[in-house]
Amino acid sequence: MKALVIGGGLVGAACADALARHSALNGQRVRVTVLEPGPVGGGATAAGMGHLVVMDDSPAQLALTARSLHLWEALAPALPRQADYHGCGTLWVASDDGELAAVEPKRRAYLAAGREATWLDAAELARAEPNLRPGLAGALRVPGDSVVYAPVVAQFLLERAGAAVRRGAVTELRDGGVRLASGETLRADLVVVANGIGAVSLLPDLPLRQRKGHLLITERGPVHVRHQLVELGYLKSAHGGDEDSVAFNVQPRPTGQLLIGSSRQFEQPDREIDWLLLRRMLRRAAEFLPALEQIAALRIWTGQRCATPDHLPLIGPHPELDGVFLATGHEGLGITTALGTAELLSAQVFGTPSGLLQYDFTPARFDRVPEPAHA
Amino acid sequence: MTAEWEAVVVGAGPAGLMAALTAAQGGLRVLLLDAQPAAGGQIWRGAAAGQRGKAGELLRGVASHAGITVLSGAEVIAAEAGGQSHTLTVSAEAGLSHIHAARVILATGATERFLPFDGWTLPGVVGAGGLQAMSKGGLDLRGVRVVVAGSGPLLLAVAAGLRQKGARVLAVAEQAGLPGVAAFGVAAARLPGKAREALELAAGLRGIPYWTDAALVRANGDGQLQSVTLRRGRREITLACDFLAVGFGLVPETRVAALLGCPVTDAGAVNVNAWQATGVSGIYAAGEVCGIGGVDGALLEGLVAGCAASGQIERLHDSPRRAETQRRFQATLERSFALRPDRLPSPSPATIVCRCEDVRHGQLQGFTNWTAAKLQTRCGMGACQGRVCGPACQTLYGWRFGGVRAPLAPLPLSQLLAEPNTLSPP
Repeated sequence: MKALVIGGGLVGAACADALARHSALNGQRVRVTVLEPGPVGGGATAAGMGHLVVMDDSPAQLALTARSLHLWEALAPALPRQADYHGCGTLWVASDDGELAAVEPKRRAYLAAGREATWLDAAELARAEPNLRPGLAGALRVPGDSVVYAPVVAQFLLERAGAAVRRGAVTELRDGGVRLASGETLRADLVVVANGIGAVSLLPDLPLRQRKGHLLITERGPVHVRHQLVELGYLKSAHGGDEDSVAFNVQPRPTGQLLIGSSRQFEQPDREIDWLLLRRMLRRAAEFLPALEQIAALRIWTGQRCATPDHLPLIGPHPELDGVFLATGHEGLGITTALGTAELLSAQVFGTPSGLLQYDFTPARFDRVPEPAHA
Repeated sequence: MTAEWEAVVVGAGPAGLMAALTAAQGGLRVLLLDAQPAAGGQIWRGAAAGQRGKAGELLRGVASHAGITVLSGAEVIAAEAGGQSHTLTVSAEAGLSHIHAARVILATGATERFLPFDGWTLPGVVGAGGLQAMSKGGLDLRGVRVVVAGSGPLLLAVAAGLRQKGARVLAVAEQAGLPGVAAFGVAAARLPGKAREALELAAGLRGIPYWTDAALVRANGDGQLQSVTLRRGRREITLACDFLAVGFGLVPETRVAALLGCPVTDAGAVNVNAWQATGVSGIYAAGEVCGIGGVDGALLEGLVAGCAASGQIERLHDSPRRAETQRRFQATLERSFALRPDRLPSPSPATIVCRCEDVRHGQLQGFTNWTAAKLQTRCGMGACQGRVCGPACQTLYGWRFGGVRAPLAPLPLSQLLAEPNTLSPP
């Protein structure tokens, strides 16, 4: 069997790895070629934070993220040191009693999904993260969450898969193959579209939208943080409407640097820094972590998330094109859920078992429930 | 009143000072920006308006011209080209300011190229220009043993300067061959007014061994530089010393130009036409940012850029002829000191190439381009953002250094959190 994976980001690399491992286990030979016009892991994979986080916006999301974290834990011992895998855990920080009230149902949901989660009161939170401002109400601690440097993992998985990586942009999907920018046609039994927002240029009808984000990394500095810190209000920002939004989201890198997010903007396809929105984002972060005022920014960049209307990825067969599978639309969770995505895709292709099959991630779900037409 | 400057000059070295003064004489309202606390640039560092010669004359001219505003200690951290108006964002002690300008003249100069060799991260190994700046800044070098190594005429100037400060310069080791160096000497002596300068330099160097065809092999020491090993022909020589001052020529400082979208040449310099205009409308460049050619070329280019930006065509009557002389000199300079792979240090796999992120030569050898190497190894992702390892990788591996982005210098978050102001003309 010959498989083509479009996209050498972490999702594409994980899919290539899962397809190759299936063949190793079952004696069915799968030759995997990955098509990537740029460097491996150079797109959204490099632009994101690399926060491996369990999220519970929906039962499907909880199942996919929880299963993925489990798969990350299994993968971790094999990862090269440069992957910077670090189990720092997440603190979901509650500003007030209203937010704190939301913590208990969240904690129960995590426990039910097999992920440890504990409750910190205001004093325990202050002890755990002394640099947070005083007066916060408490936090939910999720110790199994981690951080990782994703481009190195993408390269590692491609090498482990023995996948051939070809530098080339795909311009067209065809029955039984793809056409490259060079004009060359490649044939395959299976094509996996895993090039994030780039999928739109191949399949314009997919319900995908770009959602731009800003990130800033600091110098190695005197401000220490132990956990990935996220405000519970993050969920409002992540869901929210179409307007620009920001939320407090800070990650300690193993280098001693801090990675500061997050922002969300629809319909901003450029790479420019929006300095006003950046300031809003940083002010939000400094409200929680006032010591940020003492350190310096080293680099600022933007990236494009690839969002679907229901905040769940598209994983599964294309409704019309034979032999074409999708693995895109992960919005802000592509790094976290790359491994779960690959397991599910492999289960769909080869008919192997996966607990994730009970949730509908297939692209066809949007055809079954037609979206109301937008004005 | 408008918030827009008629011209903003970035960099107050010879080219920038000359461009600012010329443009102001042409009637433009000029803002002169410089990252250092005082004007003069690297070559005229510490120069005072009271002193004789070109530096003093220009500093006096700029200080006394009512049409020029000087902003020192201001680092350009972001820049955006617009059709009619360009925007620079500068970071200074007072915080962030936006500057809008109809014309921008880039005179950002050049930085030293460092190449990694075994032992280059030992304390005591310093940049040649860096040691010169430290000695001008008060570092006591009396009786201190210094070896100067690398390539380019800067090594000679540094050696003479260090000796004047009382240092014992044991040798100047130049990778270029004698024929090239001699050709450069002849070309330099032919430049108007240069013969006397050359004689003075030669007097300052008397008694210092100048070794051409010499390769820097390694710096030796345990936690501190103790000696330097050089290779001349097949023979290795080890000299005990306190400092190794090293530099492999200069690299045009094109980062602001890159943010503005100015095209660069294959040699990494900003591409300009006969009027010092870059490929972006309203943006000029002058001095070493357009190619390494020394102070006289920089002054001439500053004059041309200032005239072109302010429309003083009549002042340029003999500039094509002078520019041609400078260009020939620049070409000889480039040829004479071209880096020769067999005379460059060959680092061991364990030698660090990116000091900020501890990335070693052995980790980088397998990659084919800068971006892929950076993504996989973090090379160039540290505090200097590739300013040191970028040019080194270009020489070592042939990669084109890319990905310049704002902020160009580490930026205090306190400045990003505050509302920026707009710096308007008076």
